[in-house]
Order: sequence, then structure tokens, then C-alpha cells
Amino acid sequence: MSIVARFEIHYSQFLDEHGKVLQPLPPFARAPQNLVALYRWMVLMRAYDAKAIALQRTGQINTFASLLGHEAVNAGIGSAMAPDDVFLMTYRENGVQLMRGVTLKELFLYWGGDERGSDFAGPRRDFPICITIAAHATHAVGVAYAMKLRREPRAAVCALGDGATSKGDFYEAINAAGTWKLPVVFAVTNNQWAISVPRARQSAALTLAQKAVAAGIEGLQVDGNDVVAVRHAMDEALARARSGGGPTLIEALTYRLSDHTTADDATRYRSPDEVAEAWKRDPIVRLRAYLAAAGAWDKAAEDALLREVNEQVQAAAQAYLDTPPPPAEQMFDHLYAALPAALQKQRAAVLGDESWRS
Amino acid sequence: MAQLTLVEAVNAALKREMERDPAVVVLGEDVGVDGGVFRATLGLIERFGPERVIDTPLAEALIAGMAIGMAAEGLKPVAEIQFSGFGYTTIDQIVNHAGRMRHRTQGRLSCPLVLRMPCGAGIHAPEHHSESPESIFAHIPGIRVVYPSSPRRAYGLLLAAIRDPDPVVFLEPTRLYRLFKEDVADGGEALPLDACNTAREGSDVTLVAWGAMVHESLAAADVLAEQGVAAEVLDVATLKPLDLDAILASVARTGRCVIVTEAARTCSFASEIAAGLAEEGLLHLLAPVQRVTGYDVVVPLPRLEHHYMPGKERIIAGVKKALAFG
Repeated sequence: MSIVARFEIHYSQFLDEHGKVLQPLPPFARAPQNLVALYRWMVLMRAYDAKAIALQRTGQINTFASLLGHEAVNAGIGSAMAPDDVFLMTYRENGVQLMRGVTLKELFLYWGGDERGSDFAGPRRDFPICITIAAHATHAVGVAYAMKLRREPRAAVCALGDGATSKGDFYEAINAAGTWKLPVVFAVTNNQWAISVPRARQSAALTLAQKAVAAGIEGLQVDGNDVVAVRHAMDEALARARSGGGPTLIEALTYRLSDHTTADDATRYRSPDEVAEAWKRDPIVRLRAYLAAAGAWDKAAEDALLREVNEQVQAAAQAYLDTPPPPAEQMFDHLYAALPAALQKQRAAVLGDESWRS
Repeated sequence: MAQLTLVEAVNAALKREMERDPAVVVLGEDVGVDGGVFRATLGLIERFGPERVIDTPLAEALIAGMAIGMAAEGLKPVAEIQFSGFGYTTIDQIVNHAGRMRHRTQGRLSCPLVLRMPCGAGIHAPEHHSESPESIFAHIPGIRVVYPSSPRRAYGLLLAAIRDPDPVVFLEPTRLYRLFKEDVADGGEALPLDACNTAREGSDVTLVAWGAMVHESLAAADVLAEQGVAAEVLDVATLKPLDLDAILASVARTGRCVIVTEAARTCSFASEIAAGLAEEGLLHLLAPVQRVTGYDVVVPLPRLEHHYMPGKERIIAGVKKALAFG
């Protein structure tokens, strides 16, 4: 018997959980101000997250999916992408969205149950949040195909969770993206839990990154609590995509520090010890430790930042709360480019005209 | 003017629109080098190249999802699902994404895509190759469901579907693919969507049908004419959104209506039309609305399918029932 294929999966980490540098930093991370900028985003994400949960708990938005613990993954993806790339996301990438110009108010509108929250004033080509798991991986293939067909130096970035890698849509997408060498990055946030089902019960595969091997595309694993590692992997994957090198699957290892959503109670299925252990790898703590050691951050800066982000988040929440709901007929508007005649009577009915019934 | 079969008319429309609009791409299983299993995409890859005529991996959900991504990013994909029986895995994408993208983003993104699906029974095909899923698709908000009944109709409606700014499920009756030829003017002229087409005028009874059943209804109308019954045949070319007004107008003149579909009876699109007539056309009716449909069974394999599909005899029986009342 002969061996016809071999593979290995590389794991990358630059900062350990104490902020200690494990290997020479990539060029972008050598200037502390670049990492300070990422740190500021991550702190904003956490402030936003806390505010959203508070709004949900007081009945002012609906079910919310927290990104607590995902700040490094979000900042790594968000900072690597170019404005005219296309981001296709799940509900746990609000941080990337903020970095791409989606406003805090739009995010609150979205979670408040208002479609206008997906009419981003910023990244006009980005997709709306995809709730059905992994369906958007196939959309990313189509987006990347269009970019390649038009010879554009753009890329699609598709964010997924660990549960998504069990879905047919995911396999169909990475497989097809490989056959056409499309400019797309599949960024899998492995936060260990798909609601109540742990990573070990999603797949017998040792890593999720190795699913790339079957699709004939690049795959690697990074420490998803290390923003430098995520950003560096994204930089390389996007460069590969733009230069015709094809797709990359990045598995970023992190932990969902929150419940799945505000409608979930994670104490039903995982131990407090496990969660306490995961908090020791908090992506924000480690980056702050690194920056402080590098002399680029101190308590005064931290206090000022916290004041700033809290004010920002508070103002956006107020702007959301001050936004009246759309008119009832909005459910018909934008359903089609032009509302078909057959629907005109139903639209009139929602405005109070009941004559369509008779 | 060329004499074309229905499948040749589909091919001509694809060629015409790919020529006219560089954003149009064709994708699906075997649509490239093979020209499609029915040859609907024959010659396209030679003319437009493999980048615009895309042989996809064998994955229907991918095809639908990819078309959504392409459409939102500015292309006009025309995707072929090889047989509608393989199209059920696309329903997730159509319901959850294609039909919602425009509204979900308040018009920021849209899905100008066409999902072509050969469908219907009567070609002695294996299991899953004879489905009639139109009412499943017609239930989905935000999309159009179009079903041509002849070569000319297929040509004009496919052009309209490709040019439409919203998603269209385009159902093609395999039984009519090569059954007859028709003069088709390949001038790039589209037919109107969202409108019924009067296939034959008559004053005694209205036959409402779509796809291959229009052909059967016309055959029934020929026989009925010999018996002194003038049947009007309405071709419901767009099932969603439905042009109920055209059906009501016809029934207002004839007073009797027989709806014909080869789909299983329960929750068929015939039921929707019958409900519309009951709600809005009761006073036009001289007799109860008749549904002539397939049975509520799995579409039989070829040895029994002719017992399943409504033919002119069953349609005539339905008409007789409508005429006998009152």
C-alpha cells in the first residue's frame, strides 16, 4: 500500500494569555499604535455587548446573541478586510460590522426587530446577518465568483461558527470555492459550543480546519483569543484570495463566554468551572497586558476609553429608542422591486381598508 | 422566423439575453460542455465561454445559494436545477434568502435570479423526475413562479424572467420540451409577467391551466367544440403573483370554471384559484368550480403515470359536470 496524500494543520499564536510574545510579531503588530487601535475596537465591542444585554433584559430589544469572548476574532477579521470586500456574517459578528462602518444604532435597530437595521449606511455591499446556519457560505461562493469573473481585486469573507461546519451548505461551499479557486475566506469561529452541543459532538475530526483539506483549499488554526494571530491569518488569506491563490479556511479557537442568546441558559449544559477557565483566556485582558508592558497603555488611557465607549453606546441606544417603528405597510415595501398588482389590495388592508375581503 | 421546440426556445432566449447583457451567467449541473441533460444550454459554452456558462459541482443547494450571492453582487444568474425533484433542497435558499434579501435589506441588496427547473410527468422518467412542485414555490413570498406552455411562451417569458429584478422560479414542462414546434420570433421581445394568457376564447366554460395542462386543455376544448361547447382556455403563465382578475373576468362571462393541474390535489395551485373564485367570484358562478388534478399519491413510475396525469378525457368529464349543474 502506498500513501497518496498527507496533510498537516498549522496552529498560530503570537500572544499568550498573559500578553507575552511567543514569536516575532508580524509587521502590522510591531507598531503599538496599530494594536491600540484594535484594542479600542475590542473594548467598544464589549461595551456594546453589555448595553445590548441590558436593553434586552429591560424589554427594549428582542433576543440578542452576545459576542462576549469573540472580540479578538471580530477585530482580526474587521481590521484585515478592505472596504470594498464583502462580508457575509452570522449573528455573532457585530464587532466586524462596527469596524466596517455599520453604526451602533443600526445594530440596536436590528436586534430591536427593525429591518432598517440591515440597510447599512456604511458597507453597502455587505450581506445582512444570516441566521440560518451556513446558508451564507454558498452566497459567499456566488459573491466571490462575481468578483473573479469581473477580475476585481476584491474578496468575500464568510464568518461561520463551529456548528456550521457540520452543515451540507458549508461542505458544498468550500468544495465549490476550491474548484474555482475563488477569492473567499471562510473564517470559522470555533467557540466550542453550538447552543448546547459541544465541539466534540459536532465532528470526530481532530480540527475543523482540516475540513479544508477535503475541499482542496488552505486551512489553518489560530488562537482566536489572540487578535494578532487572527489578523495575521486574515491578512495572509486575503492576500492569497486577491492574488488568485484561492480560498482559505481559518479556524479561530475561542470560547463563547455568554449564553447562546439571551433566550438561552448555558448553565443547563456546561459547568461554571469550564467557563471560569475560559475567562482566563479573555482576549481583551491579554492585549491590554501586552500594550501595558509595551508602554502603550495605562490606567488613565483605559479610564478615558471606557468613558468614551460607554457614552458612545449610550447615545446610540438612545437614538435607537427615539426611532419610531416603521409604518405597518413597510412589510410590503421592498418585498419586490415594484409591488405586484395582486398584493396591492393586501397592502391596502394593512392600512385599514378591508374592502379587499369582499 | 424559426420553428422551434420549447427546449430550443429556452435555448434561444438564453443565447439572446447572454448576448445582450454581459451580467447574465448560466450555471448548473452539466450545463456547460454537455449542454444540459435536455440540451437547453446547448452551444452556450462555445459562444460565451466557461466563465459565464458554469458547470457546477453536483450540489443543488449550492447552485441556489451561489445564484443568490451572484445576484446580490450584480450578476444575473440563470441557474438550472436538472429536474425539479432535485430542487427541494433549494427551497431553504429560496424561502430564507432569495425571497427575503430585498426586503431584509430594505432594497439595498436584491436577487435578480432565475431558477429554471424542468418539471411535470409524462416522459417515462425515473422516480423524482416527474414532480409538480409549483404550489410549494407559489407559497413563498418575495418570488415569482412562472410556467410557460408553448415554445413562444417559453421564449418570451424566460426573457422577462431574466430581466425581472426579483427572483423567479421558472418551471419548464418536460413533456412539451419536444412535443411540438412553433414559430418563434427571436427578436429579444419579452412577454408580460404577472398576467394570464388567453390560449383560446370561448363562452360556455373557462378552463384554467398552466404548463403541459394548457396543451391538454386545448385538446379537450377541440373535442368540446365538436360537441357544441365553447371552452375558453386560460394559461396561468405566472402563478405567483396570480392574475386572479383575468380568471374572474373570464368566469364572469362563462359562469363555469374547471381548473386543471397535474399536481397532487390537496393544496395544489388549483385549490388557491378555487378559493379566490369562491371569495370573489361566487355570484358569477352557475356551477361549483371543478378541480381536475393529479391524485394525492406519489407520482407513479412510468408504467402507471398515464393513469395519474389528467388528460383530455378527465378534463372533458370535469367540464360535463360543470355544465350539468343547474
